[in-house]
Amino acid sequence: MSKALALTGNGACAFAMRQINPDVVAAYPITPQTTIVEEFSSYVADGLVDTELICVESEHSAMSSCIGASAAGVRVMTATSSQGLALMWEMLYIASGLRLPIVMHNVNRTLSAPINIHCDHSDSMGARDSGWIQIYSENAQEAYDNTIQAVRIAEDPKVRLPVMVLLDGFVISHAIDRVEVIDDEVVKSFIGDFKPIYPLLDWENPVTVGSFDGLYGYFFETKRMQAEVMERAKMVIKKVGNDYGKVSGRSYGFFEAYRLDDAEVGIIVLGSTAGTAKVVVDNLRDKGIPVGLLKLRVFRPFPLVEIVEALNHLKALAVLDRADSIGSFGGPLFTEIRSSLYDLSMRPLVVNYIYGLGGRDIDELQIMKVFSDLQDIQETGQAKKAINYLGVRE
Amino acid sequence: MELLEIRWHGRGGQGVVTAAKFLAEIALEQGKYFQAFPEYGPERMGAPIQAFTRISSSPIKLHCSIERPDIVLVLDSTLLSTVNVAEGLKNNGLIIVNAEQSPQEVKRSLKGIGEKKIKIFTLNATKIALETLGKPIPNIPVIGALAKATGIIDLGKVIEHIRDSFGKKFSSEIVEGNVKAVKRAFEEVKSD
Repeated sequence: MSKALALTGNGACAFAMRQINPDVVAAYPITPQTTIVEEFSSYVADGLVDTELICVESEHSAMSSCIGASAAGVRVMTATSSQGLALMWEMLYIASGLRLPIVMHNVNRTLSAPINIHCDHSDSMGARDSGWIQIYSENAQEAYDNTIQAVRIAEDPKVRLPVMVLLDGFVISHAIDRVEVIDDEVVKSFIGDFKPIYPLLDWENPVTVGSFDGLYGYFFETKRMQAEVMERAKMVIKKVGNDYGKVSGRSYGFFEAYRLDDAEVGIIVLGSTAGTAKVVVDNLRDKGIPVGLLKLRVFRPFPLVEIVEALNHLKALAVLDRADSIGSFGGPLFTEIRSSLYDLSMRPLVVNYIYGLGGRDIDELQIMKVFSDLQDIQETGQAKKAINYLGVRE
Repeated sequence: MELLEIRWHGRGGQGVVTAAKFLAEIALEQGKYFQAFPEYGPERMGAPIQAFTRISSSPIKLHCSIERPDIVLVLDSTLLSTVNVAEGLKNNGLIIVNAEQSPQEVKRSLKGIGEKKIKIFTLNATKIALETLGKPIPNIPVIGALAKATGIIDLGKVIEHIRDSFGKKFSSEIVEGNVKAVKRAFEEVKSD
């Protein structure tokens, strides 16, 4: 039995955390993540969870505590944003290198300067090489659903990797939305009991974790193994997405292809903007214009084969990036998507739109402009400008 | 019901965000879809703030700001001279203002209406709140006025929701004070 509640995106994440009942949560508050930890703290204070909540003095300490607790052999969660994620930096790589199944919300917020508390994906895009699985959410419902799935994915014996669940700061985190939640018992049985692997606290079988490996050790092999495990995580993510559908009525894949099958031009986007883009797609389809959308949900591991298959029939494609990679050629999603299509003999013309930095609103008009540009590209067979900035004052 | 977009104007401390949330919860109980989101800036007690609500009978996919609202709710009449509350308001839209003045007087002081047809409602929600709750917090009475002016929410449901949700946290005196406030607002709101 599921029921609908009025929850903010952050409230939905905290609600899922209560149902997951992690053994340890170590966190430090940062806007716009704060209310996740605030609401979860109330659950702890009210005795609704058994969690050991560690209020640390920084995000570096938060992730360090999570790593220690996870290595000790318990289920661990945390949450952060922006500068907080940046401060966790070196610890992110340690969590993934040690194969610790920590689940963390990152409420997407840009990085200073200038100081700005609003949404873009600069923070998590910066962490894209850190060895964490990254799952993006379009709305509060998906943030809730992704949180529960993340636990199963992270802890699967074939995976054992940390997972980052992303939701857009303020746009989703602080907006109240209708969220269907599933029963506590269903969540409990869906995620199952935590099964520690080589826990530090098993003193009958002592292990060393995170030791110095040296020039002639197994560092390179460890990284190669992480790459292999990340690839293997794909089938687990897919299975968990299907299984979740059986208990909730909402199944998930690597991405959502929205009216894309017979589309001639399309856009690809992450997060909340996908919702607004769907409305634009519907409006243009009503006018008989064959447009479509690919909302990427799983950015790490990158579902290369599936993405190429979904996009290869398009004539023109716009990649919307809510992050820039300054000094590169286009945003991080653009370079990867365009590169993925390179091996095709017939491939769509691909252009990039960097949008919404520092919370700049992205509305239907801006997305319509992208589709209108794509139609021009389709008609003329050439893209005048590969990298575009959408909604910037120039 | 088609998508309905509402913009709230108020000052920090007047319960704008609470009211937007309250309205979302009533929409939920009426089986509707909704979004409620504040505009976050450097908010301080007394500074002008905005919040937004979307209500629809089908799922809401839009995640952009509301630029062209159907309804504008103003919790503080002193904002009329400093903020263009009618900005972007749709033709045939309506504005509900917490003010001592009549709808006609408010209409004369509004800027930026131009040729647009706009219906204006006023009520003295601050006075109602003071007399029923002992505090000048106009947010809940304004919801009563919204029920009367638009019919998008049902007064009975509003009262039910106050008793259900406030009943868990507050004394029966406060709960019934709020019930009285929405009832009075429903009766006293005037249109032009």
